[in-house]
Amino acid sequence: MSTVKKLVSAEDLVKSFKDEFTTKVKNTRIDTFTRGKKKTTMTHIWMTIDNSVYKKAVKHLFSFDEFPHLAVSSGYDEEKTIVIVQHFSLFHGERGRELSVNLVIPLPKNKPEMETITDLIPGALITEQEKQEMLGIKVKGIPKDKRAFISHDFPKGVYPWRKDETGPKSMVRNLHEGDKL
Amino acid sequence: MSKQLSTTTYQIPIGPIHPALKEPVQFEFTIDGERIVDVDVSLGHVHRTIEWTGMRRNPIQILYLAERICGICSYCHPMAFALAVERIANIEVPLRAQYLRVIHAELERICSHVLWAGVAAHEIGFDSLLFFTWQIREKVLDLTEYLTGNRVTKAITMIGGVRRDITSDMLPTIKEGLDFLKENFEKLRHAFLDDKTVKLRAQGAGILTKEDALKLCAVGPTTRASGVKKDVRIDQPYFAFGDLDFDYVTPDVLTGEVNGDVYDRIIVRLLEVKQSIDLIEQCLKDMPEGEIVAEPKIAKLLASLKKVEGEAIGQMEAPRGEVIHYVKMTGQEHPYCWKVRAPTYNNILPWIPMLLGNQIADIPIVAASTDPCMSCTNRVTVIENNKTQVFSKEELHRLSIEKTRRLQR
Repeated sequence: MSTVKKLVSAEDLVKSFKDEFTTKVKNTRIDTFTRGKKKTTMTHIWMTIDNSVYKKAVKHLFSFDEFPHLAVSSGYDEEKTIVIVQHFSLFHGERGRELSVNLVIPLPKNKPEMETITDLIPGALITEQEKQEMLGIKVKGIPKDKRAFISHDFPKGVYPWRKDETGPKSMVRNLHEGDKL
Repeated sequence: MSKQLSTTTYQIPIGPIHPALKEPVQFEFTIDGERIVDVDVSLGHVHRTIEWTGMRRNPIQILYLAERICGICSYCHPMAFALAVERIANIEVPLRAQYLRVIHAELERICSHVLWAGVAAHEIGFDSLLFFTWQIREKVLDLTEYLTGNRVTKAITMIGGVRRDITSDMLPTIKEGLDFLKENFEKLRHAFLDDKTVKLRAQGAGILTKEDALKLCAVGPTTRASGVKKDVRIDQPYFAFGDLDFDYVTPDVLTGEVNGDVYDRIIVRLLEVKQSIDLIEQCLKDMPEGEIVAEPKIAKLLASLKKVEGEAIGQMEAPRGEVIHYVKMTGQEHPYCWKVRAPTYNNILPWIPMLLGNQIADIPIVAASTDPCMSCTNRVTVIENNKTQVFSKEELHRLSIEKTRRLQR
């Protein structure tokens, strides 16, 4: 049995987000790619979402699909913000109709906090833990607040994906430079 | 007579050298008698900072780095990365290359599923079946070597296509290999699906309900065995998958019902082996003539990639499920961000509902049933009243075999 609630096109999905969240949704983009002799298409949606409506935006996905699939969240450090990219997909099981929905959420570096979505999607736990330890963000309300991949003796306050002073620069040994001692 | 039984539970850490597949992950089980009442999982024992390293390499170098993320999925990872970069740089992959990409992807799936079948047989003490699957896998590796020049890290991926063509003089050897697989598939199917012992150990063990699979975002055969129709090849047909005739493999295709247990995961993988053989044959038949790569001069390709800006994702249906790579390029030699998500990442949390309520002796086969791709642990520590007792991997394996023998009586 399908879990789809409302099968919509990418354009309608983006419109629905714009209607719901108005100025809190920006930089919307729909990328389509065609493949094969039959020119089947794939559709990837990108939307920048303000952190204040992040959880509501994730909830909004549930009005289209009973179980939105969270593949993973990526993230990177920009000078003044930490950007989290949540890679969702909707409508699997509908041949050729799946939509990849990528929500881009910039967090201010002086207060990089976001809400947990594990109450909506329990499968988000590991990726939220990973973003905390790799980027030094705080996920409020995360059920198991522990490290996922980094060992327990790794120094606190060092975040491997950061490109600023909290990054792992001082810990890196460049083997090609030889033994400096 | 009515003496109250003790309700004390015990903690059993298993790992980080795991008793099932040979890769590190640590489980912490809470045990009541023989029954598992809670499970926690620790990861990262072989975190090699590949993403961090990749952000200091150019896209062509990353192809070869991505190949080394996993020895079994050495095609999916560089290919998912290539898909993302092609989308950022607007590179149109020639049609022939799209078909060639399907052939390599399906060959990798056969190899991975057959390998898994062997390990699963070993976990329940059925080693003659392990050796039979290895015999089949050897032939698939020979075929892989014939097509790519390598047996494990295939080095066939290129951004914009593939590195080697399949010429008409190669077709008889490929046909011979596929015929061998078809002949032996029936024996493999019979050994796994009709055998009483396999049924005793696999049916009803490690159940993952459809709802849990969906909530925990499980992927690949793990989620399809629970009745979830999710397969990137069909949901978002990449390469030439949109041209080919095939459907989602869920266990009800064969048995008419979905139980979401270990047995169903065996069914799904076995049927997918057959499906992959069929897909390769369809590709060989329908493959158009033409180029195999968009830009054959690598220096020229690299020079153009240094200028591109943008972000994209590349997804593929790897043998274990959806693999996804996110790439952000900012007009420099190296990507600004590269995030790799292998399928096992999403299939870890589903272990918890699968293992709850099962016995210690079921741990190896249930853990192995998701075909986890990490590395493995050598011993099990049982902590009882603050006294630590270490079980070897062999001991845990022995417990599993003993359970098989008990059930056979």
